[in-house]
Amino acid sequence: MNAVQGTVPNAAPRTLSVSIRHRYGGSGGFSVAVDFEAGPGITSLFGRSGAGKSTVLAAIAGLIRPDSGRIALGGETWFDSSTGFELPVHRRGAALVFQSLALFPHLTALDNVRYGISRSLPADERRGRALALLERMRVGHLAGRKPPSFSGGEGQRVALARAFAMEPRLVLLDEPFSALDRDLRLQLAADLCGYVEETGVPLIHVTHNRSEARAIAGRVILIDGGRVTAAGGTDDLLPDGGADERAELSALRNR
Amino acid sequence: MWEPLLLSFRVSAVAVLAASVLGIAVGALLERRRFPGRELVDALITVPMVLPPTVLGYYLLVLLGRRSLIGGIFEETFGGPIVFTVTGATVAAFVGAFPFIVKSSRSSLESVDHRLVQAARTLGAGPLRAFLTVHLPLASRGIAAGIVLGFARALGDFGVTLMIAGNIPGETRTAALAIYDGVQAGRSAEAGALALALSLMAVAFLYAINRLGLKAHEA
Repeated sequence: MNAVQGTVPNAAPRTLSVSIRHRYGGSGGFSVAVDFEAGPGITSLFGRSGAGKSTVLAAIAGLIRPDSGRIALGGETWFDSSTGFELPVHRRGAALVFQSLALFPHLTALDNVRYGISRSLPADERRGRALALLERMRVGHLAGRKPPSFSGGEGQRVALARAFAMEPRLVLLDEPFSALDRDLRLQLAADLCGYVEETGVPLIHVTHNRSEARAIAGRVILIDGGRVTAAGGTDDLLPDGGADERAELSALRNR
Repeated sequence: MWEPLLLSFRVSAVAVLAASVLGIAVGALLERRRFPGRELVDALITVPMVLPPTVLGYYLLVLLGRRSLIGGIFEETFGGPIVFTVTGATVAAFVGAFPFIVKSSRSSLESVDHRLVQAARTLGAGPLRAFLTVHLPLASRGIAAGIVLGFARALGDFGVTLMIAGNIPGETRTAALAIYDGVQAGRSAEAGALALALSLMAVAFLYAINRLGLKAHEA
């Protein structure tokens, strides 16, 4: 908190609104049709694998163009099929953390994190911010190393630092913790929650892991078969999974 | 005696430089864009690899000769013809190297995990920046191998050079042609020395390509 606090994007709360239809593979294929809104803070898109969650995420980021619908953040339209408007990926300011992390293997952790920082800033300021974020994610010691040598948890932390370094207007996480064991997952989730609270940036988190959704999200949107089946508070929609999970949660909240 | 070898190097260097810039661009286009006739374009670029050199040379003569449209415009602009000059020798070297570079560029660019390029885009990089800073560097070893192969091919060209550039000492008589001349004229020591030099370079090129290949797997 400290060094990076000066980099908090924009305190004004923003709401993401998504209303899209998308079909794969002709008439016999799979279709996605979702409508939802997500405000500041963490929202989980929760559902089984193959439910269409990643498609929705890719459409929000601008990596795929939906057949029809509209995507907007706050007052800014990102996609609108009725006018044919589509804001290019690189102008959306939506940081996407891939399930595979997609860290650049030929760049050091520092250069990975620096990649998304506006190049209108002086070089030493960009470097300072990248280092501060690596520290913030507890991987400052990896700054000079390249991704192939990172462990799963280290890679996740560098990927998160890279996503936040660009001062995103929206953060999208695709199954961010799936490769990690329970303890690492909780620790990382806690670090993430803290940072998101500080910045006030809306974060969409895709998962099929119930305890993960309960651990970090305030709101949850249930997706099944390409449709939103319910949306609401995490405690209402994903009730307590048992003693095991209670222990996880209290461990998390006491951190 | 080494003049033809130096000429070969000069001609090949210029040709490969041009073929690299253009070849990487075309390879990238073939990799990125799904346009109608894409595979046809790819096939047309590949054809020179399998055509008999004299056939290829014949087409180039028709295309670039003094009475052709392109040849005429060139002569008008630069005051001299393409064919039977060092320019013609360079064109011959270019045509040999180009398919190797396009092919290796396309396949190397295709083999890069596309999510890395997408990640660059979501981090605010426009298409060109994402290409130059992420896509191209990650494909560079395979492309470099294609460039080395293309250079080896350009250096050794005989048939196409003879057809469109002739065998003019100091201008178009490259090493491969000088070996033929040497044998014809009974200067077998000269022919042997040039042959040995070209062979050693071929081995060095293969070694370089293998190293590039190995490194690609280690990364």
